[in-house]
Amino acid sequence: MSTWLQKSWQTLMGKPESFKQAEAIAKKSSMTAPIKPLDLDLSPSDPLMAYLLSVSGVVEIDRLNLNSPALQKLKQAGVKIAVPLITQGELIGLLNLGPRLSEQDYSSDDRRLLSTLATQAAPALRVAQLVLQQQVDARQRERIDQELRVARVVQQTLLPKAIPDLAGWQIAAHWLPARAVSGDFYDFYPLSDGRLGLVIADVTDKGVPAALVMANTHGILRAAAAQLISPGKVLDRVNNLLCPDIPPNMFVTCFYAVVDPATGHMQYANAGHPTPYQRTAHGLIELRARGMPLGLFPDMPYDEKETVIAPGDSLIFYSDGLVEAHNPQEEMFGNGRLMANLAAPECGEKLIECLVNELNDFTGPGWEQEDDVTFVSLERLRAPLGENPPDENQVILLNTSIPSELGNETQAMEQVARAVQGIGLTAQGLERLKTATAEAVMNAMEHGNHYQTDKPVQIEVKVSVGKLSVQITDFGGRKDLLDPQTPDLEAKLEGLQSPRGWGLFLIKNLVDEMIVHPGSTHHTLELVLNLKEGKS
Amino acid sequence: MTKPFNSSIRRQMDKTTIDLSGEINALAEEELQSAYAEAENSSSIIVLNFSGVSYINSTGIALIVGLMARARKVHRTLAVYGLSDHYYEIFQVTRLADFIQIFPDEASVMV
Repeated sequence: MSTWLQKSWQTLMGKPESFKQAEAIAKKSSMTAPIKPLDLDLSPSDPLMAYLLSVSGVVEIDRLNLNSPALQKLKQAGVKIAVPLITQGELIGLLNLGPRLSEQDYSSDDRRLLSTLATQAAPALRVAQLVLQQQVDARQRERIDQELRVARVVQQTLLPKAIPDLAGWQIAAHWLPARAVSGDFYDFYPLSDGRLGLVIADVTDKGVPAALVMANTHGILRAAAAQLISPGKVLDRVNNLLCPDIPPNMFVTCFYAVVDPATGHMQYANAGHPTPYQRTAHGLIELRARGMPLGLFPDMPYDEKETVIAPGDSLIFYSDGLVEAHNPQEEMFGNGRLMANLAAPECGEKLIECLVNELNDFTGPGWEQEDDVTFVSLERLRAPLGENPPDENQVILLNTSIPSELGNETQAMEQVARAVQGIGLTAQGLERLKTATAEAVMNAMEHGNHYQTDKPVQIEVKVSVGKLSVQITDFGGRKDLLDPQTPDLEAKLEGLQSPRGWGLFLIKNLVDEMIVHPGSTHHTLELVLNLKEGKS
Repeated sequence: MTKPFNSSIRRQMDKTTIDLSGEINALAEEELQSAYAEAENSSSIIVLNFSGVSYINSTGIALIVGLMARARKVHRTLAVYGLSDHYYEIFQVTRLADFIQIFPDEASVMV
């Protein structure tokens, strides 16, 4: 056998589709001139391919008569016999031999030996090919990983390097890509008039394609925000610039807001992004505004809305990766869970930390993050006690508390009456305020504090331009009806109903506005009188 | 500061007047009911004089509604006078004014 190995040459080829790259191994014979490797291109459509797969054992090349370019080449190269190397039904190589040096034909022993060799060599060769391929793949993966690491660093430079530091405001952000790079981003644009532009956006898909579109959108948004103030116009311009160039089936959802830190006034527009929430003393407000995602259709209208962020209010902006996260039971995090967390008082100022913890608890350990998750929170801080009130025109006339004891409502009523002397209430307006205050204090002592003397009722009277506000706060535990029913006097006179039940009805009819501020530990009823017109 | 509720009864030819004073609230219930019962027994027309009343809260309104219901049941005529402007407004807002005759003062009471 060593004779024919020494005197012949062999070409081992890779998988048929990669024959051109097949590694040729040519053994140098010590007795002959160096043998050149055979560059054989055996395409899958070549009839020789089908033939080699259909036979077992040695193939005599001279005896074959096929319309095959590869066969022609083998014949020209002087190959006499070929042995297909087949494993798992796949032709992975061909052992080609030229004429024996003895000029004798290959014997049947030679053929058997070659067949046996081919049967054993094929799996070994396959393993060698796989190992080689794995090494190539690993090197490629390492190169891609390295490139992604660089891409992530580059992308992070597009995110704000620092959170804006605004007096009286607290801003926080959290960016968690599902892969090395992300389609989510957020940005802040300090505007020349002292206002702050704020954007959160999410490119469809994730990974590299999303990151490339993200980089483009980020730049266009920055340019538009520097030239335009109106959030609706900013989104309109970005949409029209993105539309011609964005790859098919990709788009960007984006919420853009402009906040005035001095007043809390905020204008906003939304291009199909998940609706942010404003947490106020009255509950959660959804900041809805209509608009199509960016990059789908040119010349789309973007509704522009506004809100006022009061001291103590928080806003949360987020990407759909949060609400669409799943737990191991395939349940979705959902808006309901988000809203419940936002409403939870324990979340307090650490809104983002609270949401991240909630998300981690929900998804459990080993979570395979499905989508990028981004949050931005914006909170307008309450003015600390002793500092100027947030509204410079607002004056606190009374801030006191009274014990919850039967009859103390008249004491409260007289204190409020004294506090509002000199603000120009008519005699009738003053009497209305007194009765409404007394009723609200009674309500607080009875239903909020259950006449427990260690639980006082807090009373705060504030006046600002055109408005008087009396806030009566107790220890909660009930829900006041915002729109109390008119008592049915006929039924009461007929003895069909209790004669009681006039308190909230009276309040509602004696002041211009009655506002309930519910809370988990405290409950406030606010009575408002408009000083220019109305019931004052 | 609290002005306790008081009442006194004046029997006249055709009616009985209850002079009320102080605050009409939960604490006034017993005395008001007692005065009314006495007046009910002595006359078919009962006049409530609010001239001395400084404060009526929602519980006080409920007490007055209770008296009105009782008067309807036993066919007594109920009238009031001496309400301040504010409590006249309260009687309007609560629609008590639709079911009870209101006069500005004693001289104008015509029942």
